[in-house]
Amino acid sequence: MNPFVRLLIYLVFAPLVGGLLAGIDRIVTARMQSRLGPPIWQPFYDVWKLWQKENVVVRRSQNYYIFFFLLFVIFTGALFFAGFDLLLMVFALTLAGIFFVLAAYKASSPYSFIGAERELIQMMAYEPMVLLTAVGMYLATGSFYVHDIAGRSTSLIWTLPGVFLGFLFILIIKFRKSPFDLSLSHHAHQELVRGITTEFSGGALALIEVAHWYENVLLLSWVYLFFTASPILGVAAALTVFLFLILVDNTFARLKWQIALKSAWVVTLVLGFGNIVALTFL
Amino acid sequence: MLTGVCLLAIRSDRLRRCLVIAVTALLVAASIALAIKLAPNDLTALKFDPQVIGHVMEALEVAMAGFVIYIGLRRGRPLIAALMLGQFALMAWFGFQHGDGLQVERQLLVDRFSIIMALIIGITGGLICLYALGYMREFHEDYHPEIQDRRPFFFSLLFVFLGAMFGVVFANNLIWLYFFWEVTTLCSFLLIGYKQNDESIANALRALTYNLIGGLGFAIAIVWFFHRSGSIELTTLMRAAPVVAIVPAALLAFAGITKSAQFPFTGWLLGAMVAPTPVSALLHSATMVNAGVYLIIRLAPVLQGSMAGTVVALVGAVTFLVASLAAIGTSDAKKLLAYSTVANLGLIVICGGIGTYEAVWAGVLLIVFHAVAKCLLFLCVGVIEHKLHSRDIEQMGGLVLKLPRLSVMLQIGIAGMFLAPFGMLISKWAVLKAVVDANPLIALFLVFGSAPTLFFWVKWLGKLLQISGPAENVEHGIDRLEWFALSVLSVLTTLTCILFPLISTHLVEPYVTEIYGQSGHLAYGNLLIMSLMLVMVALFPLSFFNYGWRGKVMDAYLGGGNVGGSTRFQAPMGAVHDVRMSNYYFADILNEAQVFRTGVTIGVLLSLILLGVLIWL
Repeated sequence: MNPFVRLLIYLVFAPLVGGLLAGIDRIVTARMQSRLGPPIWQPFYDVWKLWQKENVVVRRSQNYYIFFFLLFVIFTGALFFAGFDLLLMVFALTLAGIFFVLAAYKASSPYSFIGAERELIQMMAYEPMVLLTAVGMYLATGSFYVHDIAGRSTSLIWTLPGVFLGFLFILIIKFRKSPFDLSLSHHAHQELVRGITTEFSGGALALIEVAHWYENVLLLSWVYLFFTASPILGVAAALTVFLFLILVDNTFARLKWQIALKSAWVVTLVLGFGNIVALTFL
Repeated sequence: MLTGVCLLAIRSDRLRRCLVIAVTALLVAASIALAIKLAPNDLTALKFDPQVIGHVMEALEVAMAGFVIYIGLRRGRPLIAALMLGQFALMAWFGFQHGDGLQVERQLLVDRFSIIMALIIGITGGLICLYALGYMREFHEDYHPEIQDRRPFFFSLLFVFLGAMFGVVFANNLIWLYFFWEVTTLCSFLLIGYKQNDESIANALRALTYNLIGGLGFAIAIVWFFHRSGSIELTTLMRAAPVVAIVPAALLAFAGITKSAQFPFTGWLLGAMVAPTPVSALLHSATMVNAGVYLIIRLAPVLQGSMAGTVVALVGAVTFLVASLAAIGTSDAKKLLAYSTVANLGLIVICGGIGTYEAVWAGVLLIVFHAVAKCLLFLCVGVIEHKLHSRDIEQMGGLVLKLPRLSVMLQIGIAGMFLAPFGMLISKWAVLKAVVDANPLIALFLVFGSAPTLFFWVKWLGKLLQISGPAENVEHGIDRLEWFALSVLSVLTTLTCILFPLISTHLVEPYVTEIYGQSGHLAYGNLLIMSLMLVMVALFPLSFFNYGWRGKVMDAYLGGGNVGGSTRFQAPMGAVHDVRMSNYYFADILNEAQVFRTGVTIGVLLSLILLGVLIWL
């Protein structure tokens, strides 16, 4: 498929898919908790409603950072779907994340401040594994380009099982799922209030929501890259991973950030790096 | 150098100002002219007789050795005296043995790499000198009246230092290079000890000791290389067969490791913070540490693929990881910058140790971008320290209000150090690629080291943006020259990023191609993406134009107990507290001192392995 067409499809349909996934998440979670759950389109209603609200801020410039967060998340996804360099994509995603964190710092409220700090710790926890995933894919395929990796006829999962599992682990952090939902709680009655998003409301909150949809689609597409041999298997794997994340979310209580950091690094070292060592020497 | 002597004599502040400005302008102009002209052949034809210069150097060397030995004895540091005596005796013996038989074809080496270095030294070094004019006046007159005013001495040393650095990057004769190398060691010793209090003297002596260890390695390398090949030229060494070249190259790389403050020799650069800020900036960006990595990158072709090269790369890798982790644990801005310097030099040392064309390309780029951004950061912190009377990062909350213009410059500097699409990040990315191609195992250090880098920079950046209550603007009374240096550096940090492709294609790639026959480069598509990102990031400041445009401003959520705004809250029992927010420093799991000790231990171990490799060869 022409990269531009792919890019266009991504830009238009990613929020749709992301929103639907969020809807599925809410229904599945509700069923796991013996509730009925909202309609599947609820996330879209929510964003629409947020958008209608008055724009309330603590610091006048705080929402600019949010806008750039969204912009760079979309840009990162665009890099991925246009088939560009994986490492570059990781850096762009990091930049997006930093804008999000800076927005919370800018808001200067104690809750958003601690949320920002924790978000940084989370970034520090998952960054090595994200980079190693890109490196592992490069070592296995000889290219950093998504375009080349996606074009392979054998699935990477067979050569990179450790990297895949490591990536799966940090996806829990990236999706902000329990036990690693440290920076941003989905329920505003806990010690963090709403953590990093405490001081954002209305349109800004809607933008954050949409950015997360884009990001989730991007991450699940990255999961797909491990299964390029069979597209059906790839999509199925991505969906399974998503359901697995929901299951984990509902079965674990939140852990301390120390555990999040240490466990993520140990997993990276053992599974991710172990796999790469094996790949280098075998 | 000559200026240095003149400055020693000038006592008047105004006269000094004029002279320094004039010489700096000359320096910058000369470096740029050299870069434009790019004519290596004209310059090698020296107007002076090399024989005479050689003799002058010998005389100066004797004086220097005498001085250092005297210092060592007077301060009760026999190790210093012994180290100096050792290398001096070796060089003197070498001189007497072969003094007349030394055939040197090219005394000077002027190619694109040395011109890049000269540009860095000339421009950042020059700006630091200008800044120092204003800074040192404030330093003595307003902030530290208790410290003896030795400014003539200070400024003369700055220029001697810069002169010696030019010597280091242009010398091809290894004996000359060694001479200039030792001059930089001595200058740094004197500058670090400028305050003449106990702490600064102790740190200065430590710097001297560590660098003399490297100097000893340097001296042995020269003698060894001559005995194997009959030459004392750097260019010969670079092209010699591995059998001949590897031992001296490894010894020189070792000297580079000491100079660039890699583990286990990191202590001296951290201790160098006690000196006035311009000195720190000079050591960290324009001079000292660059001499070390310059030499290592020069020797990269010899180190490539060798056991010694791998060990050198490992030293760099360990340094990068450990220094990045240690930087998390400090709230002292200057110390954080020092750790970050050490970490980034580690990256460059990795490049040199690996020695492939990709790695060297990335390494040279790192040197360029790091020098500019780090210089800017140090100079910013210098002014902040004067204005806030503290360089603690935790005190910098609300800097946007207290020192608005300066905080923007600081933000540019920080962004330049680690954010896409600024130069440092592009170079880091290039390093990662080069490392993965050459030795995937070293990549581990890189991926684990870059995560803490992100953490400590962003939390500083966040602290700058965070506002805790109204603050008075104290941004006045800053010397015009300080503003000038800071503004130029901010522009340069941005400009080097925009001009990245030009710097790469016109200066770095030709050098790498000259040596390896091919060079690393940025693919066209990636260049496009980088430019796109740059444009997007550049849009960000524009968003501030609609500041206060729409929206309702409300107080932050403080559990419902706000007292008159977002900065105070009602606690139990009717007490009213200020809101205080502090960053994490991980004192319990990542104790800075402990991390540092671990780094030194591993560093000693690696140095011993390097030594073992040498003996085995």
